Amino acid sequence: MTAYLRPATLAEAVAARAAHPDWMVLAGGTDLMVNANHRPEPPGIVDLWGCADLRGIVRSPDTLRIAAGTPWLEIIRHPDVNKHLPILVAAAREIGAMQIQARGTIGGNIVTSSPVGDSLPVLLALDASLDLASPRGRRIVPYHEFCTGYRTTRLAVDELIAAVIIPLPDAATHLSWRKVGTRAAQSISKVMAAAAIHVEDGRIVWARFGLGAVAARPIRAVAAEHAAARRAPDAATARAVGDALAGEITPISDIRSAADYRLEVAQNLLMRFVLNAGRA
Amino acid sequence: MQTQSGGPVGQSVPRVDGVAKVTGTARYLDDLDLPGAQHGVTVRSTIAHGTFDGLDRDPAFDWTGITVVTADQLGWGKGLAAGGFGENYIAMLDTDQPALLPMGGCIKHVDEPLALVAAPTRARALAARAALTPRQTAKPPVLTVDDALAADIKLYKDDNVFKSFLIRKGHVDDDEFEIAMAGAATVIEGTYETGAQEQMYIETQAMAAWPDAGGLRIAGSMQCPYYVHKAMKVLLGCGPDEVAVAQTVTGGGFGGKEEYPSMLAAHCAMLASAVGGPVKMVYDRDEDIAATTKRHPSRVRHRLGLRSDGSICAIDVDVIMDGGAYLTLSPVVLSRGVLHAAGPYRCDVTRVRGRAVATNHPPHGAFRGFGAPQTTFAYERQIDKAASHHGVAPWEFRDRHALRAGDTTATGQLLEASVGTDDIIRAIRDVAGAAPARDGINRHGAPVKRGRGFAFYFHGAGFTGSGEQRLAGRATVRATADGRFEVLASSTDMGQGAITIFTQIAAGALGVAPELVRVPDPATDEVPDSGPTVASRTCMVVGGLVERAARTLRLRIEAWADTAGVKGDLGALAAAMFGRKAELDPQHGGIAETVQYEPPPGIHWDDATYTGQAYPCYGWAGCLVDVEVDLDTREVALLRCVHAVDVGKAINPVIVKGQIEGGTVQALGWAVLENIVYKDGRVANANMTNCIVPTFADIPELETVIVECPYPFGPSGAKGVGEIPMDGPAAAVANALGDALGVAFDRIPVMPEDIARALRRGDA
Amino acid sequence: MITIGVNGEVRTVEVSAWKRLLDVLREDLRLTGTKEGCGEGECGACTVLLDGVPVNSCLVAAGQCDGRAVTTVEGLARRGIDGSTVLHAVQRELVVRGGAQCGICTPGIAVCAAHLCDSDALAGPGDARAKVRELLAGNICRCTGYQLIVDAVIAAASPASNQEGGS
Repeated sequence: MTAYLRPATLAEAVAARAAHPDWMVLAGGTDLMVNANHRPEPPGIVDLWGCADLRGIVRSPDTLRIAAGTPWLEIIRHPDVNKHLPILVAAAREIGAMQIQARGTIGGNIVTSSPVGDSLPVLLALDASLDLASPRGRRIVPYHEFCTGYRTTRLAVDELIAAVIIPLPDAATHLSWRKVGTRAAQSISKVMAAAAIHVEDGRIVWARFGLGAVAARPIRAVAAEHAAARRAPDAATARAVGDALAGEITPISDIRSAADYRLEVAQNLLMRFVLNAGRA
Repeated sequence: MQTQSGGPVGQSVPRVDGVAKVTGTARYLDDLDLPGAQHGVTVRSTIAHGTFDGLDRDPAFDWTGITVVTADQLGWGKGLAAGGFGENYIAMLDTDQPALLPMGGCIKHVDEPLALVAAPTRARALAARAALTPRQTAKPPVLTVDDALAADIKLYKDDNVFKSFLIRKGHVDDDEFEIAMAGAATVIEGTYETGAQEQMYIETQAMAAWPDAGGLRIAGSMQCPYYVHKAMKVLLGCGPDEVAVAQTVTGGGFGGKEEYPSMLAAHCAMLASAVGGPVKMVYDRDEDIAATTKRHPSRVRHRLGLRSDGSICAIDVDVIMDGGAYLTLSPVVLSRGVLHAAGPYRCDVTRVRGRAVATNHPPHGAFRGFGAPQTTFAYERQIDKAASHHGVAPWEFRDRHALRAGDTTATGQLLEASVGTDDIIRAIRDVAGAAPARDGINRHGAPVKRGRGFAFYFHGAGFTGSGEQRLAGRATVRATADGRFEVLASSTDMGQGAITIFTQIAAGALGVAPELVRVPDPATDEVPDSGPTVASRTCMVVGGLVERAARTLRLRIEAWADTAGVKGDLGALAAAMFGRKAELDPQHGGIAETVQYEPPPGIHWDDATYTGQAYPCYGWAGCLVDVEVDLDTREVALLRCVHAVDVGKAINPVIVKGQIEGGTVQALGWAVLENIVYKDGRVANANMTNCIVPTFADIPELETVIVECPYPFGPSGAKGVGEIPMDGPAAAVANALGDALGVAFDRIPVMPEDIARALRRGDA
Repeated sequence: MITIGVNGEVRTVEVSAWKRLLDVLREDLRLTGTKEGCGEGECGACTVLLDGVPVNSCLVAAGQCDGRAVTTVEGLARRGIDGSTVLHAVQRELVVRGGAQCGICTPGIAVCAAHLCDSDALAGPGDARAKVRELLAGNICRCTGYQLIVDAVIAAASPASNQEGGS
């Protein structure tokens, strides 16, 4: 029989994690419970679902702090997220469908760190940071440094993600998001792209592009970002962004899509985001 | 006296199993209490071609309470009565498919059953399976139809051809045919390919078996209890009364539970025999997708010879279907495919060839439409190209050349009554409205292209040729002691509404309220063989039997009441009649009337030349689809789908609408997103995450038009509806994409990746 | 020992915390109305309400349900004054409008749709039919083509339907 702990506070959760490094840390279960009846029982479960410290959204003057155990449905319905981070809402609405959004959490998406994790390109574009907790204390890690490879992260064995901290974009920052999946809902991504493009006086000051499903991990398209910076959001810049992207990603073919398609669509999406920033 | 077509027929009576289904009380196989039942699982091959050398057991595993069955321990040839089995094959059309591959036998596909495991719990059974490793020696597999036809590796006889057909109309040999084709002003040529398609019934394959009164009882999710019964008699080596097969509430079939349940029943029977008690097997989704039958992939070469006025002077079709590793139902699927391949268009010179070939894919099999969707896709793409060549609007072109009463089909069948062409043409025209604007911008700011496509098609209802006569299906209607009535038939309800339709037809013919009529779940020891639940025949053919049996029963009861001087409604008369023991039916109990199929007058069919009346009648249909393609992502949005279907008579309009719309969405899914990915003979996307079907969000609001051109020999004029909605929408989608992008899409599914490649090549 | 409020009754089961809620319902409580279609959270046939929210019961561990409330398809209808079963408006409309065919996806759809009708999910501006299509997209039906299910949910969600006392 699997042992089971339901910590009520973050401190208890951290202690439970440290005490039982071989136990499964479970939140909504939308990933870890897939085909659970076919898999060996874990020795124990640390259930974060009921942990009040890990749930909720708090606004400060320049950030939104989303506790890691907050499910997507709560994020979708939260007025501050809708107002300031519409691309996070858009991404959340395309995660599975309602049942998955009711259980899947933002922290779960980050820890699972799948290359097709639906919120991850958005977190890259928004320059999110993670608040990590362990018995050794707390540390803040920029999200773009968190994923190290295919489903690997900088999370230490005794660490939990406490919260995601997202700076609030200003009015001059154009946010874009697009998921291209296998179908309209309840789908796995073939290509995802998110962008934050800061435009002042008709010129792009900086751009952040987050991409998913085109590499072993969610990535920032740094060369494409450089190609956009300090240029007008016009067709020529869009082309430069597309060309730069072609030099920095090498997507693969798999059962869901093809390398050439992934590259072409990723290029098209970033180019469209640049043009839309110019039009807005 | 009421007319038989009065009463509930034509009304949208709520389905009789509706309340049980919405409250969760309907019991599917896995919901049943089977005290002491063990759980069975299957050990399968992991190579596409080779030999099965043996089975290794992990000595570290605790084998207590585990039963492992291989083919070599079953006592073949001894028969059930002697504690053994009969013959080790799945009796369908051929004897080539073993129920369980013997050691030393030839593995012909990935996921072929090699051994069976039973355990008191499912978890233990799965653990035991993981502790069993088959030893296999791989040989080079045959994975394409071209390699199959090259026959360097022989899988079936000398040429790897399971079945071939040649249908000639208006010519005697190939030379004469080519002369006719040479007379064409234009020849439109094309090659069309369609992919395998998973039925994706939401209830996976499920079966149970247990020893019962010296014999064996089988229960489970299936379309055709008597198919399973036939297979069990051969497998067990027993008489018809030693094995009984009962259908449980079935969560979808679509053809996928036509032949495969015989395999599952065989495995349950083997385990039940080994265990000496009940065993149930319920497939996991992944196993179901990987191992059970799918729609045949096809390649159709089509030549359309056109005169300068656009009329068709010659049609040449060559159909190849990938049958997979065993023959199963491939010849029959191919038959329906070739019989529809020339399409519902006027042409005096037609040649249709077809071959179903053996490969090392898991066997392909029955799926709604049964070969016709594949050939319909080809001819409706061709017709679109012909219309475009002649500069005639696509629907207008179809109107000009479609078959009408008085015309003959490719088999020389003269169409007389119930030809819905004009009504279908008009129905689509009436609701079509303006085509969508070609260019636009979507909500993402991306440029889009839009287009409209059409398709027109027909589908033969009932078995092919003399099939119904050979089958001689029977149905019974009986009165019970409490003044109620029961319909006994082996036709199953798998969700399509058969038992509700039977209730309505019987109630109408009896002149009683539908509440007084019951349709028990079919079991072979309780109901006559009304034939399999396939081929769009259940309402038209079996419904006709039910109508006739009910009418006969009513006349008999009323005649008795007249003589006996009894008065009251039919139920009261029947209850009174029970006093007369001599009236009781010795076989079915109660006061029963059983009727057998009788062909309509004037049916002629020649099985040798494939000429004559291929089907008693046809349904007719038209489809209009509007699409929008996102030029950034190449994603296809279905904007609109209008589907007009001639069903003869809608016995229950809501149920008919549900049949049409369900089939429509399966066809739309096949067109744009349902994609079985085979890799080295294995289904590489065998789970519901990656093997996808449309969701609520993928489908536009459907516009369904029911057209009624009555068939004089169907119950109240009804003919088939189950399959025809599957035939045409895929072609309409491909035609719409062609209209939008100026690119020909001749292979489905058309995935965004295909669109991207076509546009990059500059096909436009 | 795990205690769950199931359809308004307190039920106690002795199972592993790892066991799927789906299996607890079907095997331990013999509530077989909840169906398994895939075991991977794709098809929605196993949908139940957990503390009033639709979830895939194949993806919830039994331990996570301790002290929580679960509503299954068996709990949607209520008992009338005369002891008869009064269907939820969604159940009634699914039967009348042809929203159930083979019925295996129906329990999940009924539970999910009942939640939509009983909450404010379909209220407010925007096309209600489009909302139904987005919010039910986690429930796969292979029989109906979805149209008649959308019809049924819209009818059940209308104020007139609720006045009949269906829910």
